[in-house]
Amino acid sequence: MLARLGLEPGEEDFYAEQLGAILGHIDRLGEVDTDAIPPTAQVVPLANRMRDDAVRPCLTREQALANAPEARDGMFVVRAIQESEP
Amino acid sequence: MIEREEPRIAAFLRVTGPEARAQAEAADRRLASGNGAAGPLTGIPLAVKDVLSVHGVETTAGSQILRGYRPPFDATAIARLREAGAVFLGMTNCDEFAMGSSTENSGYFPTRNPHDPSRVPGGSSGGSAAAVAAGEAVYGLGTDTGGSIRQPAALCGVVGMKPTYGRVSRYGLIAFASSLDQIGPFTTTVRDAALVLQAISGLDPRDATCADRPVDLLTGLEEGVEGLRLGVPREYFQVEGMEPGVKAAVERALLLLERNGAELVEVSLPHTDYGLAAYYIIAPAECSSNLARFDAVKYGARDEDARTLLDTYLRTRRRGFGTEVRRRVMLGTYALSAGYYDAYYLKAQKVRTLIAQDFARAFERCDAIVSATSPTVAFPIGAKVDDPLAMYLNDVLTLGGNLAGVPGISLPCGTSDGLPVGLQVLGPQWGDATVLRVARAYEAARDA
Repeated sequence: MLARLGLEPGEEDFYAEQLGAILGHIDRLGEVDTDAIPPTAQVVPLANRMRDDAVRPCLTREQALANAPEARDGMFVVRAIQESEP
Repeated sequence: MIEREEPRIAAFLRVTGPEARAQAEAADRRLASGNGAAGPLTGIPLAVKDVLSVHGVETTAGSQILRGYRPPFDATAIARLREAGAVFLGMTNCDEFAMGSSTENSGYFPTRNPHDPSRVPGGSSGGSAAAVAAGEAVYGLGTDTGGSIRQPAALCGVVGMKPTYGRVSRYGLIAFASSLDQIGPFTTTVRDAALVLQAISGLDPRDATCADRPVDLLTGLEEGVEGLRLGVPREYFQVEGMEPGVKAAVERALLLLERNGAELVEVSLPHTDYGLAAYYIIAPAECSSNLARFDAVKYGARDEDARTLLDTYLRTRRRGFGTEVRRRVMLGTYALSAGYYDAYYLKAQKVRTLIAQDFARAFERCDAIVSATSPTVAFPIGAKVDDPLAMYLNDVLTLGGNLAGVPGISLPCGTSDGLPVGLQVLGPQWGDATVLRVARAYEAARDA
């Protein structure tokens, strides 16, 4: 549910079995002593690069909306957040 | 060529014939003008993996969820090639969102290996590899997150290179795992790979991880391996599932390099056995975050029956994502969730540190590392689709390079059972030129 994947009832067992096997392999990470090891999120040393806070050319509103499944009055349209009362 | 080969191998999702003809005519004019505006890539036709944004051309990452999406801009790599006068032939097939090692996870259809159409071309950039191997395109672009350029290059018998992380801008690349993804070329020769990589590399203000470093990949290309130390990692010759024919072909290649003046030294990458496990936490974790954007609001195919916003997400993602993508999103969401973060994600990041240190230590003793690219030759279509772990094991020799951010190339080194075998050359970070030099030396000796 967290990932908003919309699983069907029968699919849960299928994925549970496969993911169980994959997690079984992944559990070998527990064998490695990492107590004194820092984590790596970014492997190539980098420094922050700043740019001037200036207006630059960007997409027009029409371009930005061109791929939307539904747009109206220059805005993206989404379905209602709550169902309407019956 | 495309008309003749496509029914057999199905490398392209979309061929952009009219646009390509117009680009070719423009390139002809540029070449004829003779005023120095033409470069080595002017007028040369290429195939583009379906994850790189090409302005106005449907780009779907091999997924149904992006059917109909036409990017309103070019990826930086594409823009640089357009500037150079390239001819874009179309978008090539790949595993959905570049997740896979066989191109069977495409949301459209599988691609076939030109050397044996009953077998996979490798993946995830299988379409670009097959297109170049079949002569449909002079070169191709792919992306490599755990081996997705090098492994299909090996299985299709072409050259494929993943540069150092940060060498090529990722702007306009539909992201899979942002700390691992790099763009690179497929070609038939090492020199062509250097030419293409030279053209697409270098600083881009639109990708904060793209490095401000000089790029000179051609000057030392022909210098040979005389006096270079090549590391042979013992763990890479003992991995599970290594086929004897692959091992033998690679050992012959190492002997040839030695006869041409290289010194072979044994090195160790002691955490090799944990690379796959670390990768299959980090990559799915990043993918579960990157793929959250496919919510059918700004782009993508929305399920029209949905009545509420939540229903839109559920129905669109149920219909739009294939099995492997769902599997990885679930795995990644789980690994990042409260209560499991330390045990999985943080642990994997620490093991990543150890793997990067393994490479750094090995490169204190050698200039480049040589091994097989894939433990196997191309396998039959369907052989591994029901066993994801067996599929993942295909990448066991390539994904370490992504975790460590180092450059790597695969080039053909003979055959096993009549199918191509790939030799992998890995270099230290920013050692892209060394990788190309070693590969070129092997290629020259092989063809002598």
